[in-house]
Amino acid sequence: MKKGALFVFFSLAIIFRADGQLFMTRNGFIGFYSKTSMEDIEAENNQVYAVIDPVKKNLAFTLLMKGFIFRKELMQTHFNENYVESDKYPKASFSGTFSGELSPEKKGSYPVTVKGNLTIHNVTRSIEAPGKFDVTDGKLTGSADFTVKPEDFDIRIPSIVRDKISELITIHVKVECIPTK
Amino acid sequence: MNQKQLVIIVLSCIFSISSEAQDTSLLNMLNDSMAIHEKPFYTTGTFKAMYIVNMQTIEAPAAGALNVEIQHRFGKINSGIYDFFGLDNASWRLGLDYGITNDLAIGVGRSSFEKTYDGYIKWKFIKQSEGNRMPITVSILGTISNYTLEETDKPYLNAAYRTAYTTQLLIARKFSRSLSIEVAPTYLHLNLVPTTQDKNDLFALCSGLRFKFNKRMSINAEYDWLPEGQLASQPLQNSFSLGWDIETGGHVFQLVFSNSQGMIPTQYITQTAGKWTEGDIYFGFNISRNFNLTRKAKTNGVRSYQVPVR
Repeated sequence: MKKGALFVFFSLAIIFRADGQLFMTRNGFIGFYSKTSMEDIEAENNQVYAVIDPVKKNLAFTLLMKGFIFRKELMQTHFNENYVESDKYPKASFSGTFSGELSPEKKGSYPVTVKGNLTIHNVTRSIEAPGKFDVTDGKLTGSADFTVKPEDFDIRIPSIVRDKISELITIHVKVECIPTK
Repeated sequence: MNQKQLVIIVLSCIFSISSEAQDTSLLNMLNDSMAIHEKPFYTTGTFKAMYIVNMQTIEAPAAGALNVEIQHRFGKINSGIYDFFGLDNASWRLGLDYGITNDLAIGVGRSSFEKTYDGYIKWKFIKQSEGNRMPITVSILGTISNYTLEETDKPYLNAAYRTAYTTQLLIARKFSRSLSIEVAPTYLHLNLVPTTQDKNDLFALCSGLRFKFNKRMSINAEYDWLPEGQLASQPLQNSFSLGWDIETGGHVFQLVFSNSQGMIPTQYITQTAGKWTEGDIYFGFNISRNFNLTRKAKTNGVRSYQVPVR
């Protein structure tokens, strides 16, 4: 009897465990950069949706590929039409976890390692990268830098312009999230 | 023993199910939020070039960008071997198109056909947006042309008589990544017409389409209809053209076949005498090259970021 009740209590506690505060933003920043001797390419997206769960140590990002603004308008058109085909695959997303300490109530800087699945151009790859969380007044800011290979996501770059785009593209993430319900 | 094992198994199942659900539920939460808050995106890339063959598209250079356009038409293909099927003769237009803003463009050009200068202003005031919020893009285009070819047998020709104007409403829709269609009701005013039978104010309907068959190439067609009875003294044909676009980097190459030798609206709509069925076809090309002139066109508001050195 007692064991039965305990069993039910624990199961319920696991299923309905108290959820911590989630931190979210709809204006997160993700930029990607390519530097070669022939050309520098920069693109920034300031409409990244991100959510962080500090208790369960999960996080997720999603963004519209069309939201990447390039220095040159023509590059933006080529990016959307020829490379990432944003009319076919409008979104890119990331879903994963982080390991490391994080106390969202205490101000400070918390280095973490982020691991999860990144989906671009309808191809999903698992990635792992170092990042950090900065806790300031009421805000949780996550940032990270990592590199990806366009070919890993089936993004075809024709040989004529291959030298203009670097082998590894640097991605910089900075999302300032505020508490949500 | 059995009961304990059962408890452990059940608890671990529940634990793994609920934590698995959490992983994708965060992403679902974001996707739901995006669906609610998403602002409309304007359709881009309705056409790759600023000209279908002769008629202008609703596309304009970006703010601060300059488009250099070289248009060339050889002679008629039915010219025979002596004129090497028209390659010996050439008619060209050199044009510059500049974007004052992303939606307002101006341009100037000079054609060898009748030594004509032309200028225009084009304003995009309605933009097609996703999800059928706005199904079409509309631009208004006003052009002016002045031909300077000396005609010693017509001493009365002054600057005013050599001038003609057009106003066109360019209405376009990108139906899919492969098909875009444009129609342009056109009003023309020619300061001088050949005879009293002809009208100075003319109405025409131009139309064109682009069919993109791979990432960088398309086939285009253009038909400019000038209803009969307006320039009654001239044996005119409606201008019909076909083109093949090849896009590479900052250039668009368009290989064209047309029964018109003129490349500006006042000429190709009102001075086309060639008949496709008789081989009066002018082969030619349009080449455009885009240059970003101003700092704004070069950077588009993107900040510089120091790429971390690894």
